[in-house]
Amino acid sequence: MSAVAPVLPMLLAQTRSELVARWRVPAFSVTSLALPILFYTFFALPFARQTFPNGVSVGAYLLASFAAYAVGSVMVYGFGINVAIERAQKVDVLMRATPVPPGVVITAKVIGALVFSLLSVIVLIIYGVVVAGVRQDLTVWANVTARLLVGSLPFVSLGFAIGYSAGPNAAPALANIIYLPLSFASGLFMPVSQLPGFVQRMAPYLPSYHYGQLAWSAVGAPTEPIGVSLAWLAGYTALFLAIAVRAYRREETRKFG
Amino acid sequence: MSFAAPPVVEMNAVTKRYGTVEAVRGISLRIAPGEIVAMLGPNGAGKTTSVGLMLGLRTPTSGTVRLFGLPPTDRRARSRAGVMLQESGTTSVLTPREIVRLFGTYYPAPMPTERALALAGLTDKADARIGTLSGGQRQRLYLALAVCGDPDVLFLDEPTVGMDVEARRAFVTSIQTLAAAGKTVLFTTHYLREAEELARRIVVIDRGVVIADAAPRELMGRVAAKRVAFTVVGALPAGVFAGLPVAALASANGHVRFLTGEPESVLRALFARGVELRDLEVVGADLEEAFLSLTRREEPA
Repeated sequence: MSAVAPVLPMLLAQTRSELVARWRVPAFSVTSLALPILFYTFFALPFARQTFPNGVSVGAYLLASFAAYAVGSVMVYGFGINVAIERAQKVDVLMRATPVPPGVVITAKVIGALVFSLLSVIVLIIYGVVVAGVRQDLTVWANVTARLLVGSLPFVSLGFAIGYSAGPNAAPALANIIYLPLSFASGLFMPVSQLPGFVQRMAPYLPSYHYGQLAWSAVGAPTEPIGVSLAWLAGYTALFLAIAVRAYRREETRKFG
Repeated sequence: MSFAAPPVVEMNAVTKRYGTVEAVRGISLRIAPGEIVAMLGPNGAGKTTSVGLMLGLRTPTSGTVRLFGLPPTDRRARSRAGVMLQESGTTSVLTPREIVRLFGTYYPAPMPTERALALAGLTDKADARIGTLSGGQRQRLYLALAVCGDPDVLFLDEPTVGMDVEARRAFVTSIQTLAAAGKTVLFTTHYLREAEELARRIVVIDRGVVIADAAPRELMGRVAAKRVAFTVVGALPAGVFAGLPVAALASANGHVRFLTGEPESVLRALFARGVELRDLEVVGADLEEAFLSLTRREEPA
């Protein structure tokens, strides 16, 4: 008999539980799947069949925007609220006393969130194609999805920062008050060019603006070089991660010192 | 205990300080394989902190803690320990069966999910959402999670808190089953009766130190078994109780009461010291009072 359990089956079981648990919380599953579709219906559907002067389809551009919004929201709300609740229920204390390595728990959360993101993007794109009649190659959508999943790290970090800083009641409010204005001001709800002047000047400093660039360039819109987007996203990841680690350490000392 | 097997738990001169509060003030303790140990003490005695130290949930301020000869945070040590904590929770949207199966994957040789659920008396609630369980059922779930890895040692912090009579009975049976299977069990409680019923060794903790460590029968013989009360005639001479084996001494308006294991010799000494008394009462103290006498012995009268 081995002295410790193998990590892979543990990770699979943990990920499965994570997904089942997320799925059973409608506040999370319904909002992350339905809200992007709802927003797309309000903000994009009326213009979906038009094209920008540069030939880019408005429907495709906004589909990319809301896909970015959807992935970011799964990360920020998922991690932010979930971690805050688990801390409050002291789930972390019990897990800490078992032999499960903390890395397994966190990896399962990240995989779970990626699967949920993937699901919400797929559902949204199908809606865009079927209902709004947006036409693009499948490879374009695959590219949008892959870029958004890979580039979501700053939002994973932001989620952890919220989850470790706020209590279970404050976390949803904090996530909303940070993420919604951020998405709006970055042009995820409507193109940056249509936003008020001061918001337009602010946008290039926001993480979701550069995140949006990853998706917009994939549907053919002219954007900044991808290296610039990635550099901004890396910078924001470092910043949010630093906040998350600081809050995590403070909690660590208090609970497990 | 063989030479090859290290003690399950070994604490050497362990202290734990939270800010200015010293929760554990120098505990040394060895628990051998197969022992059933109750850690007994009032609230705030340092029981939970001690368990936290044994599990590596807390880091000692000084001293060393070993679990199976390893640092308690070592996965190999943790893989042999099942844990039921007083202050911990679990997700509310899964079912007991789902989470017990999940926890099973954390351990190298888990017991079948069904058996863990049955052992904890939770079979009929196995598929309910955890959020809908009562307090007692939730305690049973934590017991199922503690045993599901088929561990060599079980740490149970205040396991019967919130349990109803039926759940408590089921719990006692499961502990006896586990003990019969050769498991080491350490549980905390503030009920002497519970410690006496289940444990073969009782470690009494008060204010962060071990004040007694003995088999239940021996401990019962040692604690003050009688409550003595009387009214004193005239003034009570100062220091009249000096050196006498009394505890929980209270004296107001001439009414004196205390606990003692040797009422005859105490009274003889008091008479010899010139105390005149009336309305003398000597009655058997109940278990809680007896326990109180043990934990409060050092308290200045």
